[in-house]
Amino acid sequence: MTLIDLANPTRFLALTARVLPWLAAATVILLAIGLYQTALAPDDYQQGATVKIMFIHVPNAWLSMFVWGVMSIASLGTLVWRHPLADVAAKAAAPIGAAFTFLALLTGSLWGRPMWGTYWEWDARLTSVLILFLMYLGLMALWRAVDDPSRAARAAAVLTLVGALNLPIIKFSVDWWNTLHQPASVMRMGGSALDKSFLIPLLVMAIAFTLLFVTLHLAAMRNEILRRRVRSLQMMQASRVAFSSEMGAASRGQNASKEAGAA
Amino acid sequence: MTALSALIRRDIRIALRVGGGALVGVLFFLTVVVLMPFAVGPDLALLSRLGPAILWLGALLASLLTLDRLFMADHEDGSLDLITMSRTPLELACAAKALAHWLAAGLPLIVATPVLGLLLNLDMVATGAVALTLLAGTPALTFTGMIGAALAVTLHRGGLLMAVLVLPLSIPVLIFGVAASQAVIVGPMTFGAPFSILCALSLVSLVIGPFAAAASLRHGLD
Repeated sequence: MTLIDLANPTRFLALTARVLPWLAAATVILLAIGLYQTALAPDDYQQGATVKIMFIHVPNAWLSMFVWGVMSIASLGTLVWRHPLADVAAKAAAPIGAAFTFLALLTGSLWGRPMWGTYWEWDARLTSVLILFLMYLGLMALWRAVDDPSRAARAAAVLTLVGALNLPIIKFSVDWWNTLHQPASVMRMGGSALDKSFLIPLLVMAIAFTLLFVTLHLAAMRNEILRRRVRSLQMMQASRVAFSSEMGAASRGQNASKEAGAA
Repeated sequence: MTALSALIRRDIRIALRVGGGALVGVLFFLTVVVLMPFAVGPDLALLSRLGPAILWLGALLASLLTLDRLFMADHEDGSLDLITMSRTPLELACAAKALAHWLAAGLPLIVATPVLGLLLNLDMVATGAVALTLLAGTPALTFTGMIGAALAVTLHRGGLLMAVLVLPLSIPVLIFGVAASQAVIVGPMTFGAPFSILCALSLVSLVIGPFAAAASLRHGLD
């Protein structure tokens, strides 16, 4: 099963119908394990119980960037390989990514209030994630503004690839600028700075959230394919109604001209 | 090369003549800056503190306002199809068009800055700093805005949608432009660091903008 085989939407629908229940079950189980481990994780010696926000905040933040990465690859699929499902993937991912980004911002500000003493601070990491959120919203507005999906897909693909420049800025903003947000501590040179009792639940939660995204994304792609089918059926029906009423008028004229020709 | 210089000369000439509307941008810039004292109050000390930010915002909005003319008029009269089909690479043609647009609509904003600085109680050094940062930063606004203009012309949608798409991309330019001007006026920061980042942003957008705009024109026009 290669990527090209999935180009047939019917085959994609059949495959995802089989895979989705398993993915959903795995997501639920992993989320349950992750939440349980989160509840058991010890309090931080400085932050107390508020450190538990991290187990929600970090996966959301990681996914906010990951989803844009997925959309960038899908955009390459639209522009370079012309894969027929690529624009469906890109379109379905945008609202999910926006939701993850919003949750990352929300949990971050809830965490920031007790720790930094402020809900919001205009530092580099927060600002660049906010820009990411705005770009998600702009992309969704672009998808909604154009009625022809293939035309919207190419425009959105260009914009997605330009917006991908923001990803390295977000990732390295904490290293390049002196920010209130803490620097990277999980993925960094020389191993993780996190203790095992925090790291393992965090990784479980990260995997669980990624699975959650994959599940939601596949389901949203299915919905999008079905929505397009419904739309094209409606268009066909509408054109058939218009065509038949036109034909009724035209055939009468044609018969008249035929009779005239015969005469 | 001659084709590109001819394109630049043609675009500038069209922009400056009747119906071009490049100089309306300056008028808009002036109006925005004049509006600000009514909004924040005629406190001269406050105005001189906010001055660089007001000038930058005005220039950003003015350059955004004129951007949708970049490809729209050429699309309407069909010359955009000729440009797309010509032997000159579309990327270079886009860059030439953006350069012409910046010369016709961006430079007048910078020329107008010293006069508007007087209205906002900025001294010579501050006005010079703002003008210099605008000179370094407005090419970035034009070249990233060109992407939005190209999308707008392929989608037959302009206006608000383009603003929503382009404005997030121009936030970094705004941040470092204002930071560099503030560094001269008050700041403990040095002028060099934000100013070089601003120049870097302009150079990056000089590379990215034409390619993205050409891609969206190539894929979007039918």
